[in-house]
Amino acid sequence: MKPARFDYHQVRTAAEAVSVLAQSGGEAKVLAGGQSLVPAMNFRLARPEVLVDINRVAELDRLTDEGEILRVGSMVRHAAFERPVDDGPLGRLLSMAARHVGHLPIRIRGTFGGSLAHADPAAEWCVIARLLDAEMVAAGPGGDRRIPASEFFHTVFTTALEPDELLIEARLPKPSPSAKVGFKQFSRRAGDFALTMAAAVVEVRGGEIAEARIALGGVSDRPVRAPGAEEMLRGRPLPPSSSSSSSSYTAFADAAEHASGEVETIGDIHGSARYRRDLIRVLTRRALEQAAAQ
Amino acid sequence: MTYIGGSVHRIEDTALLRGEARFAADLSFPGQLHMRVVRSPVACGRLLGVDASGAASLPGVEAVWTSADVADVPPIDFRMTRTPGLEPYRQPILAEGMVRYVGEPAAVVMADDAYTAEDAAGLVFLDIEELDPVLDPVRGGGRAVEAAVLEKGYGDVEAAFEGAAEVVEMELAVGRHSGVPMETRGALARYDPMTAAIEMFGAAKVPHYNRSAIASMLGIPAARVVLREGCVGGGFGIRGELYPEDVLVCLAAWRLGRPVRWVEDRREHLMAANHSRDQVHRIRAAVDPDGWVRGVEDEFWLDQGAYVRTHAVTVADLTASLVPGPYVWPAYRVRGRVRLTNKTPCGTYRAPGRYEGSFVRERLMDVIARRLGLDPAEVRRRNLIPAGDMPYDRGVDALGSSVVYDSGDYEALLDRVLEYLDYEQLSDGLAERRAAGESVGIGFGYFIEKSGLGPFDGVRVTVDEAGQAVIVTGVSSVGQGVETALAQICADHLGVPLEAVRVRCGQTDDLPYGMGSFASRVTVMTGSAVLIAARRVREKALDAAAPVLEAAVGDLTVEAGRVFVKGSPDGPGVTLAELARRLRPGAGPAAGDGEDDREPGLTAEGWFEAAHMTYPYGLHTAVAAVDRDTGEVRVERFVVAYDIGRAVNPGLVDGQIVGGAAQGIGGALLEEFVYDEAGQPLAVGFMDYLMPTLHEMPPVEVLLSEDAPSPLNPLGVKGAGEGGITAAGAAVANAVADALGRPEGITRLPIRPDLVRRLADG
Ligand SMILES: Cc1cc2nc3c(=O)[nH]c(=O)nc-3n(C[C@H](O)[C@H](O)[C@H](O)COP(=O)(O)OP(=O)(O)OC[C@H]3O[C@@H](n4cnc5c(N)ncnc54)[C@H](O)[C@@H]3O)c2cc1C
Repeated sequence: MKPARFDYHQVRTAAEAVSVLAQSGGEAKVLAGGQSLVPAMNFRLARPEVLVDINRVAELDRLTDEGEILRVGSMVRHAAFERPVDDGPLGRLLSMAARHVGHLPIRIRGTFGGSLAHADPAAEWCVIARLLDAEMVAAGPGGDRRIPASEFFHTVFTTALEPDELLIEARLPKPSPSAKVGFKQFSRRAGDFALTMAAAVVEVRGGEIAEARIALGGVSDRPVRAPGAEEMLRGRPLPPSSSSSSSSYTAFADAAEHASGEVETIGDIHGSARYRRDLIRVLTRRALEQAAAQ
Repeated sequence: MTYIGGSVHRIEDTALLRGEARFAADLSFPGQLHMRVVRSPVACGRLLGVDASGAASLPGVEAVWTSADVADVPPIDFRMTRTPGLEPYRQPILAEGMVRYVGEPAAVVMADDAYTAEDAAGLVFLDIEELDPVLDPVRGGGRAVEAAVLEKGYGDVEAAFEGAAEVVEMELAVGRHSGVPMETRGALARYDPMTAAIEMFGAAKVPHYNRSAIASMLGIPAARVVLREGCVGGGFGIRGELYPEDVLVCLAAWRLGRPVRWVEDRREHLMAANHSRDQVHRIRAAVDPDGWVRGVEDEFWLDQGAYVRTHAVTVADLTASLVPGPYVWPAYRVRGRVRLTNKTPCGTYRAPGRYEGSFVRERLMDVIARRLGLDPAEVRRRNLIPAGDMPYDRGVDALGSSVVYDSGDYEALLDRVLEYLDYEQLSDGLAERRAAGESVGIGFGYFIEKSGLGPFDGVRVTVDEAGQAVIVTGVSSVGQGVETALAQICADHLGVPLEAVRVRCGQTDDLPYGMGSFASRVTVMTGSAVLIAARRVREKALDAAAPVLEAAVGDLTVEAGRVFVKGSPDGPGVTLAELARRLRPGAGPAAGDGEDDREPGLTAEGWFEAAHMTYPYGLHTAVAAVDRDTGEVRVERFVVAYDIGRAVNPGLVDGQIVGGAAQGIGGALLEEFVYDEAGQPLAVGFMDYLMPTLHEMPPVEVLLSEDAPSPLNPLGVKGAGEGGITAAGAAVANAVADALGRPEGITRLPIRPDLVRRLADG
């Protein structure tokens, strides 16, 4: 449980971080909250030769509201979202998700950007990024580039980031103020990475679902969307308000059923692939019901 | 009598709460080396060679050892339940020729610091020819070596099954769990050339036995090994047994002439310290239409893992003996098969054999009730051993002595629980919730515990010239509150305030003999010894005080550390401190020339022996709700009724029960050491070995009863360490089965949510 030898650099600006990364020939790792990296180093699963500590980079620890877009600096801690960061549906959604990220001490240290860069398929922020079609901004030796969520997550613990790139921020498009959001997950214990989670945004116009987004986490090697289920919901009426689970209203159940069939699932010791399908069905339905009940 | 029976605060807590207590990893000696163990990465293979050259040449590395370096050290022997034929399955301190489980020590590195040691360990190359592992003790066919078969029983089982109205047959299994103390193992040894003695810190549980065992493995007299226990962060049966690492640390300190320190990390702990449970039972019961069980036959398989460790067949033995629990069952036959597989070796874990056996018995009793359409509480009642039959000879033995339930009124406890629960109303309430669409259920688990294992324990109580009483014991403290309970007994029987009592545990050079802390034995055995010693000291004090106070011994008493004439606390008196001064060698009227045949000091030893264990008993009740869509189980209520004979400190008992219940619920729903088909352990961290947290725990309602004091010791006490966990798996399983309306559905622990979901679907 002692990490292998490494050099340590504490930087003050993003530019400095990028330059240390560039000099390290791909052998450096960024140290953000350390909640995933440090355990991996202690297990010697990760053996970076150089650590670039960005905890003192003030410019990365900022939330910027640009109206249509919420820019989340990569060093903003999980705990910053526990209380809604705005009073619209995005603040609500982030707050619903935040309280499922580990336990309080982890939320106080762990960062939004670290979570995205780490790319655990069951990470709440990865699922939210995929749900909202966020854009990730990476800084490298050649300047900045924007990567859409659909291209950012490659597989477990692997993203489109190059070894010499620093994740600067995530740009989260805001749902419209009247949008409804839902977030449900199932884990065997409180605070564990979820076996499966479902997040939903429902845009409503004239009592009908104008657009539905459904993203799922923990089911395969990366966060995924359920496009078929989203499509099924378009143009459907919302359920009668008081009884979102009433038996005559089956649109949510049908969409959830579809979602459980359209994504690929994989199993591990906590749950089989088939069980995860079952969980997709119930959690998707519940997330939609939760949204509709708002 | 003012302290016994009171929930006084723990005297050991001040330092613990201030963070000033010292655990194994808090200790260091100048010039120490750090040991790192190189462990087998495969489950089974021929160890063709070990190349340590790369590691040995790393700067800062003092030594790298393989089995060749410790060839003169025999394998670790059995501490308990030695049975002939087990010797070949003992574990060597470093793997020899074969590796048999992932995590088996194959080499050790000693280096100047822990980082270098770990770097070097990574450079040790194990040349292993991999072989197919054996992972299934039941269906592993002939490949799983059967190390031992235990057979026990009484009565005419054939006759019981002949003409039985109903035969209920089940296969039931408990997964692989273990106690996971907050503090991992740790050991720090140094060698003193002046005394030629090896001193090891970090001992726990059974320091005296381990001292002798280490000495004998190293071929030196026991007096040349001293074991020291500091604070211990939990025992649960697994901590403090003798493991290869303890012996290696002592040997290295001796040979290398430098202190050697080893602190286990959590990953190692979960693959190298004892596992436990892991049993499959096939049980059948012959039953009359009214629910009376005529006879039971059980066959079980215990997955022992790769070696037979210090406990030998203790777990199988206890399982076999205590499956019948609180019921009459006029005929019973059991066969237990201890089989070897390529997994971490097993030992005891809190309520060994009883957690498994209670799950099997209590699931069976529930299924019997459901098949016959009877109430589960009622079926249990009909089969309970009547209070009038106490003491009750079970007709089997356990740990080498016959099982005789010493006292108990099992039906009274059942009644008490049903009344507490308001059983009828509770059942109606659950029925209403089920009618409204919820899936809720109730489950019972009745159990017999055993405690107070002999054969002996002793203490020395001394009052010094400042009036402080010190109890020196041969047992150890694993954090369970031993110090406080012993101090309470001493304070009452000696006549001193609790604050004036200190307790020393776990130092092998304090007292030559000590049995240690396990099997819920300390308060029974050591507590009785304290009572004896305290009374002797008191007598000595009265004898010494009589001439001072010019009164007859019989007229004197001791209170608050002062001797005075009974009934006149405000009259003349003499303090114990003053009496201790008067009992100094060379003091007092008898002092003179030559041999002094008085024993100086206000001090006495007390020894207590017991040929039979005591048998506390209890009833667990769980109320659980199931989410049929996700398979999630929520334990809403958990009630533990426990008859302890007499509670020295109800607050401490409560703590033991609540902690045990948490572990029991963990074993029922979450915890399991899972292996893949190559024998790789998949739960080697807390992300995968799921311990319950506060969120998963219901509040535990504890009903302590003192109906049946033990006739076997002067305090009337029975043990408290295990009753919180014993039938927790059973009660939760029965509640989940009830909630699902699938009485026979739950046959294995832990109950995983995917299974619950499948059962919910029908
Ligand atoms: C017990 C426990 C439970 C947890 N439960 C959950 C949970 O339920 N849900 C969840 O989502 N997470 C959970 N986590 C993980 C936690 O959220 C981490 O904080 C997160 O995964 C990583 O963020 P970090 O800031 O700690 O990153 P670090 O650990 O510092 O880094 C993680 C990885 O990302 C890279 N990285 C970090 N920042 C950047 C950057 N700006 N640019 C480029 N690369 C970067 C690092 O180099 C490293 O490879 C849990 C962690 C623990 C210890």
